[in-house]
Amino acid sequence: MASAALQARWHGRLGLGLLLAPAVLWLGALIVLPHIDLAVLSFRERVGPRQYVASLAQYKTFFLEPLYWHVFVRTALMSVIATFLTLLLAFPIAWIIAKLVQGRASGLLFILCLIPFWVSETVRTLGWMILLRESGVLPTLLVKLGITAVPVELLYHDATILVGLVYTSMLFMVIPLISSLESLDNALIEAAYDLGAGGFAVLRTIVIPHAAPGITAGCIVVFMLTLGNYLTPTLLGGKNSQWFTEQIYTQFITRFNWEQGAAFGFLLLALSTAMVMLGLKIAGQRFGDVMRRT
Amino acid sequence: MSAADLIADAVVKRFGEHVAVDSLSFSVAHGSFFSILGPSGCGKTTLLRMIAGFIAPDGGDIAIGGRSMRGVAPNRRPVNMVFQQLALFPMMSVGENVAYGLARRGVARAQRMQRSEAMLERVGLGGAAAKRVDELSGGQRQRVAIARSLVLEPTLLLLDEPLGALDLKLREHMKIELKQLQAAFGTTFVYITHDQSEALVLSDHVGVMSHGRFEQLGTPQDLYYRPQTPFVASFVGANNRIVGRVASVQGASVEMTTKDGWTIHALKQGALAVGDAVEGFVRPEVASLGRVAAELPAGQPRHEGEVQSLLFDGANSAVLLKELRTRREFRIALPQTGQFSDLRPQEKVQFSFDPERAVCFPARAAAAGQDG
Repeated sequence: MASAALQARWHGRLGLGLLLAPAVLWLGALIVLPHIDLAVLSFRERVGPRQYVASLAQYKTFFLEPLYWHVFVRTALMSVIATFLTLLLAFPIAWIIAKLVQGRASGLLFILCLIPFWVSETVRTLGWMILLRESGVLPTLLVKLGITAVPVELLYHDATILVGLVYTSMLFMVIPLISSLESLDNALIEAAYDLGAGGFAVLRTIVIPHAAPGITAGCIVVFMLTLGNYLTPTLLGGKNSQWFTEQIYTQFITRFNWEQGAAFGFLLLALSTAMVMLGLKIAGQRFGDVMRRT
Repeated sequence: MSAADLIADAVVKRFGEHVAVDSLSFSVAHGSFFSILGPSGCGKTTLLRMIAGFIAPDGGDIAIGGRSMRGVAPNRRPVNMVFQQLALFPMMSVGENVAYGLARRGVARAQRMQRSEAMLERVGLGGAAAKRVDELSGGQRQRVAIARSLVLEPTLLLLDEPLGALDLKLREHMKIELKQLQAAFGTTFVYITHDQSEALVLSDHVGVMSHGRFEQLGTPQDLYYRPQTPFVASFVGANNRIVGRVASVQGASVEMTTKDGWTIHALKQGALAVGDAVEGFVRPEVASLGRVAAELPAGQPRHEGEVQSLLFDGANSAVLLKELRTRREFRIALPQTGQFSDLRPQEKVQFSFDPERAVCFPARAAAAGQDG
């Protein structure tokens, strides 16, 4: 009897193990192993041809060189601004889809949010360039309408980068917001209204507290995507973009300084982890609860 | 009767072609418990939502506390509502729920917490302010929902079938509690329900609603003993319904005969002439039962029946008979003495009822063709 039970349990564990194996392999081979290698890289210094010693020189360079610092902080701030703008724009959209329209219209609106993602990010960003460059659609239109005397260059501004980042991130904010707003019972809104709350008080005391996990989830995803984005800032910001991922690219590809690039990669990882933790702390949310919402 | 807290004047609401509330006028006296009773889809929820201000009437006017509510938003009306699913705020503590309306009015934090505590005390939930809403039982949540509204001292408290979600035992208990709360606070309650027993037990006045109109408006006793329409007679309380035609009229009394020839006597309600299609109603407790004719009250027309089944339900026990010749069902309440507890199916019995306590209406259009 006892041995049969033991065998059954052993079979159960084997089954679970086999089911998890692909995920574990995936995580191990593609995420954990490369990161271990990068960590090792970031903590060594080249002292001669094929001669390396363990050192903190890569991290020291980052802290001593103002340019790197500047780009690092700028990337973080711009990402925060982009995340906030995305939230501001996505919230009304999610509200309309989740609460105001029903049935087919709501599905249609959701598809409208999805459609831009059928095109690759590169093509989408190039589309923005066609619209915004000096000889592009929008500057020409502005001249024709008599708003500007000569075509203005709309590319390569910080605002342009933000527009591109918000556009790219929108869907990832809208989805968790819709799911958290849909679960809000309309009777709660009516009850608050009935008890004397105005529109803003309902938003502040009922809607936002209820949607907090969805808002946090959306912000985390959008912030991570924005912070780690390479294509959009580079194409829309040109030389002015000064995005930290660009620095990493430069170290790895242009300078062939893998050690420095690896250190930058780890600094970016630390930054995004710290910001997510801070965000969770501010929103008073737990990571597990939030991730269930995405 | 003191001044009316709620006056509805020819209130109309249409949804497309459908008239949900059809030119309804009534008033509710200060401090009274008024119920709107009707089956689902009769327009009672629409009416309640118009009083609360969530939807605007297409015609007519609603006045609360003597002031017209036209164009007044729900958050500015002296009315609060207890929602069907209660709609307590899960993101707040019990105390914060009760203090919510006070906070919206700008009452200082310390003062609103104190008032919310005091209100919870009054509804028997003293010390529960710090609890989470989901830590409370169904009945306690009910009381929080009522406290949350009453703390604002509204002119009118609206209740939208608040007992619907509770189980039977708790529902019976909450019925009594609601009545006591209303008496203690003296606030005017407007209560909507599809449960006739809730309406009868709780209310001072009841409006029975069907197809957007009041079929009858009166005290629970009026509705039960003196129904004005066949709808009220069949909807309020149990009733035996017998469909037939008028055989003869003598003053206030009518002799009616069913299609298959069973004759009964009843009081007439409305104008009736010989040959008119009618619906007669006899309450189960009005009829008497006997094994032999001598057991029946003297002077009442006798009928013969065969026991079909005994419906034992404690004090509400009844016997289901078939009239011997026409095989029509007839329900009679059993006396509390247990006198007929040994009745057996297929047993032949006699029964009778006082024609003065049976009532007969002109048949409704929908009922005229059928033969109950």
